[in-house]
Amino acid sequence: MAMHYKIEIKDLNFYYGKCQALKNINMDVYKNRITALIGPSGCGKTTLLRLLNRMCDMVHDIHIDGEVLLDGQNIFDKSVDVVELRKKVGMVFQQPNPFPKSVFENVAYGPKMLGVNNKNSLIEIVEQSLKKAALWDEVKDSLHKSGVSLSGGQQQRLCIARVLAVNPQVILMDEPCSSLDPTSTLKIEELMIELKRDYTVVIVTHNMQQAARVSDYTGFMLLGELIEYAPTRELFNVPKDKRCEDYITGRFG
Amino acid sequence: MTRETYQRNIREIQDEVLVMGSMTEKALERSMQALKQRDLELAAKVVEDDKNIDKKRFDIEERVLNLLCTQAPMASDLRILLTALNIIGELERIADHAAGNAKIAIMIGNEPPLKPLIDLPRMNERVISMLRRSLDAFINHDDQAARKIVLEDDEIDNLYDQVFRELLTFMMEDPRTITRATRLIWVGHNLERTGDRITNICERVVFMVTGKMEELGISTY
Repeated sequence: MAMHYKIEIKDLNFYYGKCQALKNINMDVYKNRITALIGPSGCGKTTLLRLLNRMCDMVHDIHIDGEVLLDGQNIFDKSVDVVELRKKVGMVFQQPNPFPKSVFENVAYGPKMLGVNNKNSLIEIVEQSLKKAALWDEVKDSLHKSGVSLSGGQQQRLCIARVLAVNPQVILMDEPCSSLDPTSTLKIEELMIELKRDYTVVIVTHNMQQAARVSDYTGFMLLGELIEYAPTRELFNVPKDKRCEDYITGRFG
Repeated sequence: MTRETYQRNIREIQDEVLVMGSMTEKALERSMQALKQRDLELAAKVVEDDKNIDKKRFDIEERVLNLLCTQAPMASDLRILLTALNIIGELERIADHAAGNAKIAIMIGNEPPLKPLIDLPRMNERVISMLRRSLDAFINHDDQAARKIVLEDDEIDNLYDQVFRELLTFMMEDPRTITRATRLIWVGHNLERTGDRITNICERVVFMVTGKMEELGISTY
């Protein structure tokens, strides 16, 4: 069974100083599935997402208890190389944040940093990544245009292409559509469904309809706790916990 | 982020289902009264009023659709609305059965009675009671009550069986009774079908509460 899990979160507690942001989280993230984290602001879902590629390392005065196993290995082990980890576990943010460079350079940046210098290899990587991010057809004739000049939805797909270029295994997405219009949002959602064939996706979203539309599993968080974690269809049809029911039906006051 | 208007809309839909339920009960009561008392005017009224029940069904359906397309209901809210949608379909058909019985009353007209009506009114009372309680179960989210009501459908089937045998005896003894007896069998059949539709309502109530779709009772007919 363990083989179905890409990430296993075990008894995870996380503190910002004295403030406990995550309380005893136990959660298994299924391989090649989309897992959504939902919950009101401040419930810890972004904190949890960011822990999965140790983005929290940059924050001072934090304390972590418990384990996050990626393919069975604890990512908090001293032996783990953070750069290597973040190559495996890529991240897409709320606001599209392309580098102020060309479309090509945006995508080629990661592989270059990892030592790919051969021009033909880079061209190949950029094309493949843009194709996987469903952006290629829109930018193939303007690869040298600035990434910042693209539309918001295109910029977000460019950021996804940038993540894909370093050949990750897991893609973390923090509210990837919150600054996009409905059409771009649906494109990203379609893309997520495409991507799960090759990758494991974890997404944080405030948009419950989005979680319901794209994800296979959903976790509902509240005040740092994972209240309910179930197949998406079950969680949105027959939630077991009253607090989860109240939240998704909008009775949460 | 409480959604008071939305919650009120859902409650109103539930109330409207109850209103449609009492219109349907009334149709059942009056159609039997028309049969028993040879009241052709009352029978005609039941047939006429069936249009209002049909209209009520479409009104409720439209309200449900509006909420589905504008509010994206989830979890128990979604199940309540889907259940309401199913129940009004069943009520509409039950009301048709009642109107059917009223039409039979009109057909029988002033023919001499074959026999005093005893079992058919009894069946009618039972289905009305079951119907009322099934809608109570809907409003109270009481899946246990819904499951119990389904068990009573056997009694309806038994009564129907009894009516059928009795009328068959009449027909065998005197073929001149065939027309009148057959009409009464139709009445029994309509009530038997009504019982089955109440079972369907109960199944939906169980779904609404538990989220599981289950076949609850298997009718003999």
